[in-house]
Amino acid sequence: MSEVKTITLTIDGKQTTVPLGSSIMDAAKSLDIEIPHFCFHKRLSVAGNCRMCLVQVEGGPPKPTASCCFPAGDGMVVHTQSDMVKEARKGVMEFLLINHPLDCPICDQAGECDLQDISVSYGSDQSHYNELKRAVEDKDIGPKIKTVMTRCIHCTRCIRFATEVAGVQEMGATFRGENMSVGTYVESALQSELAGNMIDLCPVGALTSKPYAFTGRNWELIKTPSVDIMDAVGSNIEIHSRAGKVMRVIPRENDIVNEEWISDTARFSYDGLYENRITSPLIKKGKKFTTVGWKKAVETVLPKLKGNKNIVGLAGDLHSVEDLFAFNAFMKQTLESDNIDARMNGFALDGSFRPSYLFNSSIEGIDSADAVILIGSNPRLEAPIINARIRKNVVKRNLPVYMLGSEVDLSYAYKLIGTKPEDLVALNESNSAIFKELKKFEKPMLVIGADTLGRKDALAIYKEVEKLADSIGALSSNWTGLNVLHNKPTAVAALDMNVYPEGKGMDVSKTLKALEKGDVDTLILYGESEYVNAEQLKGAKFTIYIGSHKGGYADIADVVLPVTPYTEKDAWWVNTEGRLQEAKAAVAPLMNAKEDWKVFRHLSGEMDKPLSFNSLDELRTQIVEKHPEYKYLGTLAPAQKWVSIAGKGKVLKKSFEETVNDFYKSNEILRASKVMTECSKSTVNKNNAMRKAG
Amino acid sequence: MKLIRFLRQFLLLDILKGLSITLKHFFSKNFTLMYPWEKTPISPRFRGEHALRRYPNGEERCIACKLCEAVCPAQAITIEAEPRKDGSRRTTRYDIDMVKCIYCGLCEEACPVDAIVEGPNMEFAMENRADLVYSKAKLLDNGDKLEPTLAERLQKDAPFR
Repeated sequence: MSEVKTITLTIDGKQTTVPLGSSIMDAAKSLDIEIPHFCFHKRLSVAGNCRMCLVQVEGGPPKPTASCCFPAGDGMVVHTQSDMVKEARKGVMEFLLINHPLDCPICDQAGECDLQDISVSYGSDQSHYNELKRAVEDKDIGPKIKTVMTRCIHCTRCIRFATEVAGVQEMGATFRGENMSVGTYVESALQSELAGNMIDLCPVGALTSKPYAFTGRNWELIKTPSVDIMDAVGSNIEIHSRAGKVMRVIPRENDIVNEEWISDTARFSYDGLYENRITSPLIKKGKKFTTVGWKKAVETVLPKLKGNKNIVGLAGDLHSVEDLFAFNAFMKQTLESDNIDARMNGFALDGSFRPSYLFNSSIEGIDSADAVILIGSNPRLEAPIINARIRKNVVKRNLPVYMLGSEVDLSYAYKLIGTKPEDLVALNESNSAIFKELKKFEKPMLVIGADTLGRKDALAIYKEVEKLADSIGALSSNWTGLNVLHNKPTAVAALDMNVYPEGKGMDVSKTLKALEKGDVDTLILYGESEYVNAEQLKGAKFTIYIGSHKGGYADIADVVLPVTPYTEKDAWWVNTEGRLQEAKAAVAPLMNAKEDWKVFRHLSGEMDKPLSFNSLDELRTQIVEKHPEYKYLGTLAPAQKWVSIAGKGKVLKKSFEETVNDFYKSNEILRASKVMTECSKSTVNKNNAMRKAG
Repeated sequence: MKLIRFLRQFLLLDILKGLSITLKHFFSKNFTLMYPWEKTPISPRFRGEHALRRYPNGEERCIACKLCEAVCPAQAITIEAEPRKDGSRRTTRYDIDMVKCIYCGLCEEACPVDAIVEGPNMEFAMENRADLVYSKAKLLDNGDKLEPTLAERLQKDAPFR
């Protein structure tokens, strides 16, 4: 790469050197000089229409210059605190406030509003304007975002976000000048799984969260750093709670994972934490559940664990590292049963070779990859944040994307290679044009959907993918381009923690067969999974459900033990890259629910074979001892040398399938959430309307 | 000089002066008020029992901005809010713990719509503490009862705000 040219300029008497092409705003940022702005956003294109970032450039035009879109020049002298600038800022602020209503007391943005803050810091205390204000009709843009369009200052951040990041050309501005109005051209719900981010982007209260509307104020919320578990990206989030209740979820900035976006499932699903929850242990009597205390519930469970022989444990989709470790130890050490599995989608690999099931190139690596080949995966629904990252590179530097799988809308253009696994075999065997094209890339990324590896021919597909990766140079010494894209937070943790039969135990498919025959004495269902429905799990002589939400698995259980969802416990979560991240408990466990690992520890104590940890710290120490890669918190463990996984068998004729049935309903928290139900309905309605229109 | 001082002390002149004042008050007009039958006039700024006011059309003023809750130094106010059916922002709960309250009047000052006010009433002693946690209904009721007085007080104080 050629050397980056730099320029030196002076801002407020301080010199700084920045790369050529930087704006004055960038240069000021390097000096920690604050320039107020509304329309500028570092992850969006520059619009330069709010005029708040005016600065004075010596020797330049005799008027203030917008610093966000004016390139810094060598030897330039800039003033950000001169009288001219101060006067200009006051003027701009006054113009912005001409049509902005003074309704801060009823505005949800109040307290975290850029317009409020900047008006106080840089604005004038009075206005010359005595005429009537403008009023704009509010738009209904779906169940996620509430609009008060009179408050809009036309910064166009939301429009730029929709077109650039989310990839849905649904937001736009109609009319000009004073009549300008931002909205969806045709009144309809936004069809983006990232739409919620517009709420954070909006510098005023024009776009606010609909579910959160009027319920809280930002200054009264307790902020807890956490990790999102609605998919396996591990987006960094901040849980805002008040009086022991989760009030909202917003993203935390982390450039190497989610930048500053989160998916709507992460942002709006929190009401599901309070709907349909199991608040106390339950025992089934006849067809109805009766509420009991923990002591009674444990007493009922114990004889079924001590006396019974064929005990099976199945773990669901939403478990943390510690909880899976405790569950695994409880099954294998205390109950001495190898019948345990967390791979409810039938994932074919086990945890013997860590890179074989990780997203090895890392999410950050997408920025340096030169091609992406998706195999039986729909990242838009399985990992919207990763999809946005790919899209960013597609838009920015024309990253070529290839698809081997069902033809889905990814919000960017891609080249469809085939829809069946056989097309993959054909690609490997023939020296076709596409194969030659793929071979040219230096850092290609192959991304296999986790559910594709849950197919019956998973190992055969894996073999073919590995062959392809090897032949196009994706498995070189410094680049591991073979990636598995998981969509459940349990997935990687379960494989790392060996939550699968290590000996001759029954895995999920064997368990289902045994259940049909009636060979299972005690079935322990730990959490729900969307891959296996409750009907299939009937047939055990005694069923224990350890989970947080009613309905589904809880209905078929004889005893139900309540545990906590992700907001109510300190936990480690590991994402599809194998990145370990820590989440703090935002609120206390709801009513009689207990932290998951404590339940297993307690049960093991009652069984007289206590597990060897008494606190979360001890548990974590044991995890790190057993799995040294878990000492890297927040960063990735060093890459391992690729060892070939001997895949076997022949691929089936079945084509790749779309595995996400309903993005807004893919786990028990989402299913319990009313907001998500509405989102799901609005998606279906839109699809129906489009189908009708042809 | 020493002699004069001695005479003063010896003749108890200062004490006689004091006693004469006392004697004068025996015959002057009595100032004692027979509370609770009689009451002193109070300032329009007097900070007594709280009330939530309404607009003349009956609509409650409070818009759940929570500024009073934020400013309250004793943290005596608890507010919960959600959109009302017509979409407007209203409280579902507005509690003031009158035992916690220090009657500083900051809530009144913070209110952008003159909804929460401290009225002239100071006689709200209760037989148990629980009754001193005022609910929204109680506060609105206070407002309805006292509205003419409250409006008058605010008007009188307006020039000084």
